[in-house]
Amino acid sequence: MKARITITLKSGVLDPQGKAIANALGALGFDGVEGVRQGKYVELDIDESDPGRARDQIERMCEQLLANTVIENYQFELEAA
Amino acid sequence: MKAAVVVFPGSNCDRDVAVALEAASGAAPNMVWHGASEVPDSDLIVLPGGFSYGDYLRSGAMAAHSPIMRDVVKKAGDGVAVLGICNGFQVLTETGLLPGVLMRNASLKFVCRDVRLRVERDDTIFAADYRTGDVITIPIAHHDGNYFADPETLDELEDSGRVAFRYCDQAGTVSAETNPNGSQSNIAGVYDKSGRVLGLMPHPERLADAALGGTDGAGVFTSLLGALN
Repeated sequence: MKARITITLKSGVLDPQGKAIANALGALGFDGVEGVRQGKYVELDIDESDPGRARDQIERMCEQLLANTVIENYQFELEAA
Repeated sequence: MKAAVVVFPGSNCDRDVAVALEAASGAAPNMVWHGASEVPDSDLIVLPGGFSYGDYLRSGAMAAHSPIMRDVVKKAGDGVAVLGICNGFQVLTETGLLPGVLMRNASLKFVCRDVRLRVERDDTIFAADYRTGDVITIPIAHHDGNYFADPETLDELEDSGRVAFRYCDQAGTVSAETNPNGSQSNIAGVYDKSGRVLGLMPHPERLADAALGGTDGAGVFTSLLGALN
């Protein structure tokens, strides 16, 4: 299965990179941008056809390595290969 | 004092800290490759500065799962002193030995310069050769040194006196102007609950010899020698 994992900063955690991106967008003339939060995207293929077991494994990967849950949230979707 | 320095792929301050340790104790530390499964019998384990694994994913995230770290966590639990400098501090937060996380500097810029630090307490194995309130000069060199912890954790750190050093000015005043990276409460270093694990962003080994332009950093190593010998 394929997993598409999105890792974002928790609300309340300052995001200086997002702020810099918002400023740059303003400089480019995009006036309507009210806030930018940036994060990470991880795509991985996993040798597992059972969605329940795949979900469980991805969750553990996120908790142990892919996200730092002190500051980050994660969500993911699975797709049959 | 028997010391070990863990070397990760991408560590670059391992030799500097080995020199500072040898200058303080007269004995060269064991250099331990990250792939080893066990740290040789030691009183002190040092995780040095650098860019382990190229800072991939998050600074310190990959190194925290190196084979050697299982034994470092175990030995820390047994009371062996652990010192994490810069990238070593990042690794310690990623393993959970220290609370919080080091985020990208608020300025988004890599900062490399001398800073002033206020010693928050002198009754620890790492700071006994300083006096509480001392202002010392130590260099920082990092992109990800912006200390963040949730409000409960910060309160707990403050209430239990676990802040080791804060960024300040010459007079010891701590303010937004003296904060080089956006760290909460100007925190430059923190202790674990036992007081035997310290992580700090500044590099004491870089100002531990008069030939380097200053000796303010040597106190960390002489303190450890005094406590662990």
